[in-house]
Amino acid sequence: MSPKIFRRRLDIRNGRIDLSHGSGGRAMTQLIADIFHDALDNEWLRKGNDQAAFEVSGGRMVLSTDGYVISPLFFPGGDIGSLAVHGTINDVAMAGARPLYLSASFIIEEGFALAHLKRIADSMGAAARAAGVLVIAGDTKVVERGKADGVFISTTGIGIVPLGLELSAEKARPGDRVILSGTIGDHGVAVMSKRQNLTFETAIVSDSAPLHGLVAAVVDACGPALRVMRDPTRGGLAATLNELAQQSRVGFRIDEEALPVKPEVAAACELLGLDPLYVANEGKLVAVVAADAANAVLAAMRADPLGSEAAIIGEVVADDQRLVQATTAFGGGRIVDWLSGEQLPRIC
Amino acid sequence: MCLAIPGRVLSISGDEPTMRLGRVDFGGVVKEVNLAFLPEADIGDFVVVHVGYALAKIDPEEARRTLALLAEAGAAAEAAS
Amino acid sequence: MKYVDEYRDGRLARSLAAAIARAVDPSADYHFMEFCGGHTHAISRYGLEDVLPTNVRMIHGPGCPVCVLPVGRLDAALRLAGRPEVTLCTYGDLMRVPASHGMTLLRAKAAGADIRIVYSTLDAVRIAEAEPDREVVFFAIGFETTAPPTALAIRLAAAKRLTNFAVFCNHVLTPPAIQNILESPDVRALGRVRVDGFIGPAHVSTVIGTEPYAFFAEEFEKPVVVAGFEPLDVMQAILMLIAQVNEGRHEVENQYVRAVRRDGNSKAKADVAEIFELRKSFEWRGLGVVPYSGLRLKEAYAAYDAERRFGIAYVPAADNPACECGAILRGVKKPTECKLFGTACTPDTPMGSCMVSAEGACAAHWTYGRFRDRQRRAP
Repeated sequence: MSPKIFRRRLDIRNGRIDLSHGSGGRAMTQLIADIFHDALDNEWLRKGNDQAAFEVSGGRMVLSTDGYVISPLFFPGGDIGSLAVHGTINDVAMAGARPLYLSASFIIEEGFALAHLKRIADSMGAAARAAGVLVIAGDTKVVERGKADGVFISTTGIGIVPLGLELSAEKARPGDRVILSGTIGDHGVAVMSKRQNLTFETAIVSDSAPLHGLVAAVVDACGPALRVMRDPTRGGLAATLNELAQQSRVGFRIDEEALPVKPEVAAACELLGLDPLYVANEGKLVAVVAADAANAVLAAMRADPLGSEAAIIGEVVADDQRLVQATTAFGGGRIVDWLSGEQLPRIC
Repeated sequence: MCLAIPGRVLSISGDEPTMRLGRVDFGGVVKEVNLAFLPEADIGDFVVVHVGYALAKIDPEEARRTLALLAEAGAAAEAAS
Repeated sequence: MKYVDEYRDGRLARSLAAAIARAVDPSADYHFMEFCGGHTHAISRYGLEDVLPTNVRMIHGPGCPVCVLPVGRLDAALRLAGRPEVTLCTYGDLMRVPASHGMTLLRAKAAGADIRIVYSTLDAVRIAEAEPDREVVFFAIGFETTAPPTALAIRLAAAKRLTNFAVFCNHVLTPPAIQNILESPDVRALGRVRVDGFIGPAHVSTVIGTEPYAFFAEEFEKPVVVAGFEPLDVMQAILMLIAQVNEGRHEVENQYVRAVRRDGNSKAKADVAEIFELRKSFEWRGLGVVPYSGLRLKEAYAAYDAERRFGIAYVPAADNPACECGAILRGVKKPTECKLFGTACTPDTPMGSCMVSAEGACAAHWTYGRFRDRQRRAP
C-alpha cells in the first residue's frame, strides 16, 4: 500500500509508535497507509481526504459516537478494535436504523507496539466487513508515554432509519413488556478474567457483536408496537432499565428467574461478589414493546442467531418513584438500583 | 464473615505446605486456591473458599441431611395448612 | 452451582416460610440479630423480610468489618498510601469508604497513590516479590475468616525473607463484639434493643467452631444458631431460633453442619495464634472501644508490622455528627431513622461506612429494600 516516498518499510513486527507517527509528517502518512488503510480499505480511504462525502436516500439520518478505553486491549472474544466497531454500530442500530458508515479516531501512546496496533486495525476491518459497514474517515494522534493506556479509540457511526419509526427512551408505557435478547454478564466476566489479580481459567467469551440484523428482525416483527431498544453496556442491564425508567417516568418489574445467565458467568459473579445485573454486555439488547406484540418479537429474536436465548423478563408499571424492582427467585422483592461507582470485587 | 463459596478440587500441586495449591472448579469457573488450611483436602472434595483460601470441607452427608430437614419442615407445614 | 443452588430453591423457601408462620406464637414478637454482614446482605438480596411473618424482626448487627473500621485507621492507611515508596494492597470493599475530609482510597488512587486491589493476600506477597523496590503494605481487615490468610501471607513473606512486605493489621474478633452488644446499656438495662437470639456467622464459625458461642448462650441466656449464607440456611436458622424461644431454651445450635464443626479449623487457629496476639483494646466504629477485640502482630514479626515499620500513630477521628452508623451498627436505630439516609447519604455519596459496604445495613436497605418504606407509609 505504501507509495515509494517511504524509504524503509514499517517494521510491524518489532516497531513501536513514537511521537513522529503523530506529527503529521511522512511517518504518520506511512503508518496510516500501512496499518489503517490496509485493514480498512475502501474507496473513500483510498481518496486520502480528511473527510468523506456520501449520498443518503430515504429516511432520517442517525448519528452516534462512543469512546473505547477498555483494558486489557485483547480479551476472550474480541479486542478494543472489534468492540469499537460493534459498540457504535449497536448504538446506531438501537434507533431501528441501518448502520452505514463509521469514522475512527485513534489516540495512541508513545511506545505502543506496531504489531498490536496492526492486530487491532485488522480486527476492526474484519468486524466492519462482517457487519457490512465501512470505516470511511479517521484520525490519528500520538501522545507521550503514560498519557494513554496503549490506545484509545473513538468511533462515530451514521445510519438511516425509515420515516415513521421513532423509537425513544421516553416511550415506555405501563403494561408494556420488556424483552432481553440473551444472556447477561458475559462481556464483563470475560474481560475480568484477563485482568491482573483476578485471573481465573474460564471458557467465558465476550458477547461483542453487531446487533443491526437482530434489530431489523425485531422492527419487522413489531412495527408500531416497538417503543424503545437499548443495548446494556457499562453498568449492565440495571443501568439501562434505570435510565429508561427515568426517561419514561415509569417503573419496571422484573422476574429474576426469567433472566438468562450462563452458569459459568453466574459462578464467576459469585466468586467475585458481583451481581450479573450490573455486569457489562456488548452484544445484547433490551426491547420495550406493547404487550400484544411481545410474543411476536420474542419469536423473531429467537429465530436470529444472536437472539437464540431471548426471554421476556418483565413489564413496565406506573411508579412515580421510577424504581426498577425485581421479584427474587425466593418470592421476595428487591430493588435493582443504579450502580454506585464502579463494581469492585468484594470479599464481604 | 463473608463471601465464601464452595467448589470442587480438580487437582493439587505444590510440596511445601504453605503453598499447597488446588485448582478448584466453581460451577464452571476454575480458580487456583491455597489449601494450606485444609491439609486433608483431596481431589474430588468440595471446599469452602474465602479470599483465595480453602477454610472448610463440605461434608456431603451433612449437606444431604440439611436439605432433607429443610424439605421435611416445609412438608409438615404444607400438610398442616 | 452445587451446594449453592439447592439452598436457594424458591419452592422450598415458600414451604419453609409456611413452617415459620406456623411456628411463631401469634401473640409474641421475635427479635433476632444477625451478627454477620453476609447475612444482612442475603436477607436484603433475597427479600427475606417479605416472606417472614410480621412478628419476626431481624436486627442488623455489626459484623461487617468494613463498617466497623474506625475512620482514624482508614486515615492512617491513606497516610501510608501517600508515601511515594509505598504500594498499598487492599480488598475491593475498602476503596470507597469515606475517611476524613471526604477522602477515599479510590480518590487517593485517582490522585496518584499506588493503591492496588487484590483478591487474596498471596497476591500482595507476589507483588512484593516482583517489585523489590516498592514497600508493599497489605491493608488487613476482617474477622476470624480473613485472619488466617493474613497470617499465612506473613509466614510466606518470612520464609521468602522479603524485606519489603508489611501488614497494616485491623483484624477484629466476633465473640467480644457480641459480648459488647449484649452488655451494652441499650440491650441490658434500657431495653431499647431487644435481642431474643442470634444468627451466628457462617464462615467465621468454620474457623472458630461453635464452642465460643456457648458462653453467650449461658451467660446471657440467648439462643445462638450458626447459619450458612444461603437464604434457605437463614430461614432454617430462624425456624430453629423460634423453636428455642418458644421452648425457653438458650443453646448453641449449628445449622451450617455441612461446613462448620464444633472445634472449627485447628490449623487456621494455630496459624493465627502463632503470628498474632490480642490488643488490650481496639476502637470499633459505632461500638467505641472494645477490650481484647482486635489483633496485632507479635513482637517476633515486628518486621512485617506496618504500624511499627512506618511509625503509624493512631489519631481517632470523629464521624459526621449527623451520621447514625454507630446506633445502626448496635441495632438501636434503623437506617430510615438517620436524617442523612437517602438525602445526603446514598451509595453514590456515602457519609458513613454503613452505606458504602454492600453489607452495611444502610446500603442493603437502600439498594434492595427501600421500596418497602413507601408501602409502609401508605395508608
